[in-house]
Amino acid sequence: MTSTLDHAQAPESLFPRLEPLLMRVSKPVQYVGGELNSLVKEWSACDVRWCLMYPDAYEIGLTNQGVQILYEVLNEIDGVLAERTYAVWPDLEALMREHDIPQFTVDAHRPVGAFDFFGLSFSTELGYTNMVNALSLAGIPIEARDRDESHPVVIAGGHAAFNPETIADFIDAAVLGDGEQVVIAITEIAREWKNEGRPGGRDELLLRLAKTGGIYVPRFYDVSYHADGRIAAVTPNREGAPAKVSKHTLMDLDQWPYPKKPLVPLAETVHERFSVEIFRGCTRGCRFCQAGMITRPVRERSIDTIGAMVDAGLKASGFSEVGLLSLSSADHSEIGEVAKQLGDRYEGTNTSLSLPSTRVDAFNVDLANEFSRNGRRSGLTFAPEGGSERMRKVINKMVTEEDLIRTVTTAYAQGWRRVKLYFMCGLPTETDDDVLQIADLARKVIQAGREAAGSKDIACTVSIGAFVPKPHTPFQWAAQLDHHSTDARLAKLRDKIRADRQYAKAIGFRYHDGKPGIVEGLLSRGDRRVGRVIKQVWLDGGRFDGWSEHFSFDRWMRAAEIAFADQPVDVDWYTTRERERDEVLPWDHLDSGLDKDWLWQDWQDALSDVEVEDCRWTPCFDCGVCDTMGTDIQIGPTGRKLLPLDVIR
Amino acid sequence: MPSRQPDARDVAPTVQRLRMHYAKRGRLRFTSHRDFQRVFERAVRRAEVPIAHSAGFSPHPKISYVGAASTGAASEAEYVEIGLTRRCDPDAVRSALDEALPTGFDVIEVVEATGGSLADRIDASRWQVKLLGVDPRAAAQAVAAFLQAESIPVERVLKDGRRVLDARAAVVRLAVDSTPAEPIGLRTGVVEPGEPDGCAILDMVVRHLTPAVRPDDVLTGLRQVSESIHLAPPLSPLVTRLAQGRLDESGRLADPLAPDRDAAAGSPHEPTV
Repeated sequence: MTSTLDHAQAPESLFPRLEPLLMRVSKPVQYVGGELNSLVKEWSACDVRWCLMYPDAYEIGLTNQGVQILYEVLNEIDGVLAERTYAVWPDLEALMREHDIPQFTVDAHRPVGAFDFFGLSFSTELGYTNMVNALSLAGIPIEARDRDESHPVVIAGGHAAFNPETIADFIDAAVLGDGEQVVIAITEIAREWKNEGRPGGRDELLLRLAKTGGIYVPRFYDVSYHADGRIAAVTPNREGAPAKVSKHTLMDLDQWPYPKKPLVPLAETVHERFSVEIFRGCTRGCRFCQAGMITRPVRERSIDTIGAMVDAGLKASGFSEVGLLSLSSADHSEIGEVAKQLGDRYEGTNTSLSLPSTRVDAFNVDLANEFSRNGRRSGLTFAPEGGSERMRKVINKMVTEEDLIRTVTTAYAQGWRRVKLYFMCGLPTETDDDVLQIADLARKVIQAGREAAGSKDIACTVSIGAFVPKPHTPFQWAAQLDHHSTDARLAKLRDKIRADRQYAKAIGFRYHDGKPGIVEGLLSRGDRRVGRVIKQVWLDGGRFDGWSEHFSFDRWMRAAEIAFADQPVDVDWYTTRERERDEVLPWDHLDSGLDKDWLWQDWQDALSDVEVEDCRWTPCFDCGVCDTMGTDIQIGPTGRKLLPLDVIR
Repeated sequence: MPSRQPDARDVAPTVQRLRMHYAKRGRLRFTSHRDFQRVFERAVRRAEVPIAHSAGFSPHPKISYVGAASTGAASEAEYVEIGLTRRCDPDAVRSALDEALPTGFDVIEVVEATGGSLADRIDASRWQVKLLGVDPRAAAQAVAAFLQAESIPVERVLKDGRRVLDARAAVVRLAVDSTPAEPIGLRTGVVEPGEPDGCAILDMVVRHLTPAVRPDDVLTGLRQVSESIHLAPPLSPLVTRLAQGRLDESGRLADPLAPDRDAAAGSPHEPTV
């Protein structure tokens, strides 16, 4: 049906105009593309074209698994092409504006504005200003209501899109959950609509997407407010737009072994490794953890799929490190076998394995030993998250002090020299004392460690950040701690650690101030009125808010004052205010599968220090996800073994 | 009690050293030397070249890099030496690495090292510098003034602060190329409509000194001695290294791989040419 293809004429590459400018910017290689396993499909041979963006710098964005997976899934489809774009640094942005060069893809250097879809993956809300800037550089009206047929449909996904209300002004649609299947469904709907001659224009396309029940189109919903600022109701304003939009859950990860051909950049990026997601979802039930709540249920990849993916991925990339990713990798039902068998397979090949996100238990030290046998043994990281026993009950992180001491003692005894401990500050019901107990804990860790190692040459680093309550978690009703109190509490902890004459030298202390957390909190639990703040910040020069050297708290507060001038709300109202049970939350019409009553009960349990077990190994707690979404826990063990492979040594 | 040292294990010895001549072309001109190192190490793994590793906690592949062209400069003459644990046919390694490297990092030749140090065979580079939007006549005047000067101090910011370098002292030869030949892989047609359509091409041989005098420094020197305001190009110059080698008395650069190639040709296993 080539006759209905639009702009079949390929837009010219912008590279010839860009190249002379690249000598004048830092790290120009990040803008030239040419990654191993990237590809450029013929424009005129495709009828649905996607531009995918991870809205941060290339060195961060390139490694994003979500974008890499969708890039590969889309490009495997005949007649569909996908290219990528990333946020450009201010030095290049200035030159692009001066020379009138629009936001471009790194694959074929085509203008982003020429694509059918502009899909953005958000892991953090701090990427929102980069989205607005990219739209502006692309020549796409930043507000969805100003766009017409000639502009791409802007779609947001990723964890931070589970509450897309704050960016409702800027996006045409949002997708909740796993992207692999829905991106294909969207493509098919668009292809059909184009082949029919685009009946009803852009509005009709968006309506067809909305009618699937799994794609949120903000313009088809009206939000009304009470006089005090709370939301009264969110109601569909179009027939066919569902009252609740559901998230997507990919079942059977073995059928979707992506990335098959990982992108290998020319430029240096944050992770130089091949990553395999060994399972998706987590049911540990940590109450602060949005990822664990919104990605339920647990779906494991089998040991043989993992083995095959590692083999193919290393051959296709030449990487010398493999990362086995998930929200809590040591929880895979066959992780011991996975580690041992991969270790055997790559013995003597200088291939190292890494296991980010591990829990605090001695088993993980054994695993870490297994993983480090082909590489170096540097440091181990554990995340007790809460400083006191009571706090860990509140957040449902079931780790006792004995567990922690036993674990680190094992680690030090086995030759590890450095242990990192992650904590959060500002958790619900927390007092100064809860945080100050971190110093006691660190002291005991060093004490036990010195005994176990028989040496004073061991260290422990305490790393602590501010807690931000997130939508779709039991803490979605909680008051966020204001940044003054966060900073004061962290300063007290710092002083207590430093005052410890015997151990201060062995304990490192890293912390982040509370200000960025307040902005993140505003963006996480905000509603459509926050969009004006984002726009104002961008107008005021806000970019790269995830980077401390670019982030400006004052700019955000200034913008909020302007944007909320005629509103009964302010930044505190969105962040440090505790919500009541009956308040309509901005994301209530977006269905993560979690039952709101269950979340409320879990919030009440938190307040009374009651813990909840993991439903993988205990009966169901009726969180609602499997019932609502028609999904199931998928775990092993399979008992299978990795096939021996001929590995280069 | 587990040891804090890595397990004593057999480190396969180096049995063969190969020298590789490669080019850095097109958009890969924007890669830095570190970028190339990472890309090359991965290519070696993908190409299944039996690279030797150093011993110790974090074994490194045995790869030595020789004076890489800077970020932004293309090159037709870059060199690397690698150590292998198993003897390989140099030409098979050439095609395997060329296949595994991204287009733009093109492997031109691989020869077996026959001794001596590669670095000792290189003390100068020949560069081509395209000055887009610059009138060749203005460039010729500046070149004449440059060559007449005894010394031309130029300032550059180095890691340890501002330094003054003598641009003139490093230059062995400098001319405006009258018969511009397009270097392979160099993009053409960069001149935008409305831009001045002139293009001066400089051909220079520059000695490798410490601290290094780069083509950029020579351009700075040219601008200093030039009366013409037109020598400041509206677009960034395109710099390409054409050759590296040892300067002979006539000012020519000797091919650094020639001794190895000759030795291979003279070996009893190979037909003599």
